[in-house]
Amino acid sequence: MRRALFESFTRRPLTEPPPAPDAAGLAELAQSVNRAARAKLGRSLSIRQVDAGSCNGCELEIHALNNAFYDLERFGFHFVASPRHADVLMVTGPVTKNMREALLRTYNATPDPKWVIAVGGCAADGGLFAASYAVTGGVKDVVPVDLTIPGCPPSPTALLAGLLALLQKAA
Amino acid sequence: MNPTRTVVNEQGWGKAIDRLAGGNVTLLGLWGDAPNVHMALLDESTGNIAVLTYACTDGKYPSVGAKHAPALRLERAIRDLFKLDAVGSPDTRPWLDHGVWDGGQRTPYTFLPTEGEGLHQIPVGPVHAGIIEPGHFRFTANGEHVVRLEQRLGYVHKGIESLMTGATLDDAAKLAARSSGDSTVAYAFAFARAAEAALQLTAPPRAAYLRALMAEIERLANHFGDIGAICNDASFAMMHAQCGILRERILRAAEACFGHRLMMDAIVPGGVARDIAAEGTARMAALLTEIRRGFPRLIELYDNTASLQDRTVSTGVLRPAYARQFGAGGYIGRASGRGFDARRTPGYAPYDDLAFEVPVLTAGDVNARVWIRIREVEQSLALIDQILNRLPAGTIRIDVEPKGEVCEGLGLTEAFRGDVLVWLRLDGKGRAERCHLRDASWFQWPLLETAIEGNIVADFPICNKSFNCSYSGHDL
Repeated sequence: MRRALFESFTRRPLTEPPPAPDAAGLAELAQSVNRAARAKLGRSLSIRQVDAGSCNGCELEIHALNNAFYDLERFGFHFVASPRHADVLMVTGPVTKNMREALLRTYNATPDPKWVIAVGGCAADGGLFAASYAVTGGVKDVVPVDLTIPGCPPSPTALLAGLLALLQKAA
Repeated sequence: MNPTRTVVNEQGWGKAIDRLAGGNVTLLGLWGDAPNVHMALLDESTGNIAVLTYACTDGKYPSVGAKHAPALRLERAIRDLFKLDAVGSPDTRPWLDHGVWDGGQRTPYTFLPTEGEGLHQIPVGPVHAGIIEPGHFRFTANGEHVVRLEQRLGYVHKGIESLMTGATLDDAAKLAARSSGDSTVAYAFAFARAAEAALQLTAPPRAAYLRALMAEIERLANHFGDIGAICNDASFAMMHAQCGILRERILRAAEACFGHRLMMDAIVPGGVARDIAAEGTARMAALLTEIRRGFPRLIELYDNTASLQDRTVSTGVLRPAYARQFGAGGYIGRASGRGFDARRTPGYAPYDDLAFEVPVLTAGDVNARVWIRIREVEQSLALIDQILNRLPAGTIRIDVEPKGEVCEGLGLTEAFRGDVLVWLRLDGKGRAERCHLRDASWFQWPLLETAIEGNIVADFPICNKSFNCSYSGHDL
């Protein structure tokens, strides 16, 4: 272990420069974030991830945001364990009927001001599963959505660009 | 693969149940196809698979779960989805159906009773504390010690099998590939093989090799993710960070080779949708060299860190008898003495041409499940070497024409967490009439309940991660 730790002093970090904030995301957000909220939050956002019915593909890429290459925390974002600590809900999946109530309760447990990001094609509009008896639809059909990041699943870079757009507006 | 499907009467069905209960055959699947139920059985000594069909009268069939516990949840799901009742089942509670599909109120769920002094319950989920899928865990504990864990799943039920009914082959393949995102390659592979079996086609040799390449890349990525995450649940963040780097490098190589980090929709009935990129072979070879340089040091780190071993050794022991009874696949079965691997038995192209070993341990603890993954990483690296060296030239996809009559086929592939079963019936126009997808998790989730017994509540996350069952693959 000592050898590995020592090497980390001599090697350059793997972390890569951030992508440009997503232009489409910025426009979408401009309507939902106001100056007062920015003053309250400072340059830090706590994210609570909620899987409302995804295939777990989106979760894999959200996980990747924490690896050495994307290093999400350098931007002031971090994932928290409770909606009560969160500013942002990152919701994946078509919202299944079986998860609808849990998502609503999570949303209600999140203090204001708060933002909701719908992550992935399913979260946008139900995706391939929209027509199912077991699916409510996209996230916007259950809670208000401030930003949608498309993709199946969205790459970590796309997620990062979306989150940076949120931070620029919110912080 | 096209195993014979036999329609049996009550006596034949009963005989099969007795063979299951006696441990002579393994339950591979049990699914509804109203008004029938089908049961897939595996003879592990020969690798033979048989599918039995029982025609229900008045929507009833004799319960398999009454004598063979692994069938219990499958029967509950069959009732929820097809309104077919298992007569004699000791557990008639709903499973996937939470009472809200038709817009009604959530029906209260009765958990199994626990009795004793000083017991308290801890409800966890469906929304968990990490970036993971939703499900409910009901712990009954005495102080720190877990007396009983009961799972309540079904939260991510999307109705995939119902959406597949009537879908074109392409649409059905896309749905199959989204059963469990972490195993998208394995699902697409199994679905393609089922479709090809039904249509009596064989994918070209180059496609078979590329499929295996993707499957092994997927296995590597998931095993690295798991090894790191298990250590992270013991607060050993360094392994998590280092394994995360390897995982990311693999996903980037996958994107460079096949155009998608998770290689979604890259395998299709008839072959593969795209060939490996021109520079892909060299990129993969370079990645293998890098992993071979870095991974042994991580293994050493895992093996020589006493505080980490203290958390994984003798924690969450799964008894081999349970693994055998439930036909537990993947690292869960192989860490508890069950050496089944669908790549070997019954085997499928191109693995029958490739040399690899199936590691087996018997300790059944978290540590053993980590070591199986480590050994499988080594095997996957060796497999990728062979695939790259022997990649046949030629076409990557053949035309898939409807057969003009109803046909059916079965596919069984080895995902990183265990065997995925796909059974498919196509109509004359090549549309899916009925497709059943069975994740390995169906026979693994119940075993987590036994593995946690007697452990402390704080060890649940590391036990759970060492199982890493799929919620979506199970709930569908």
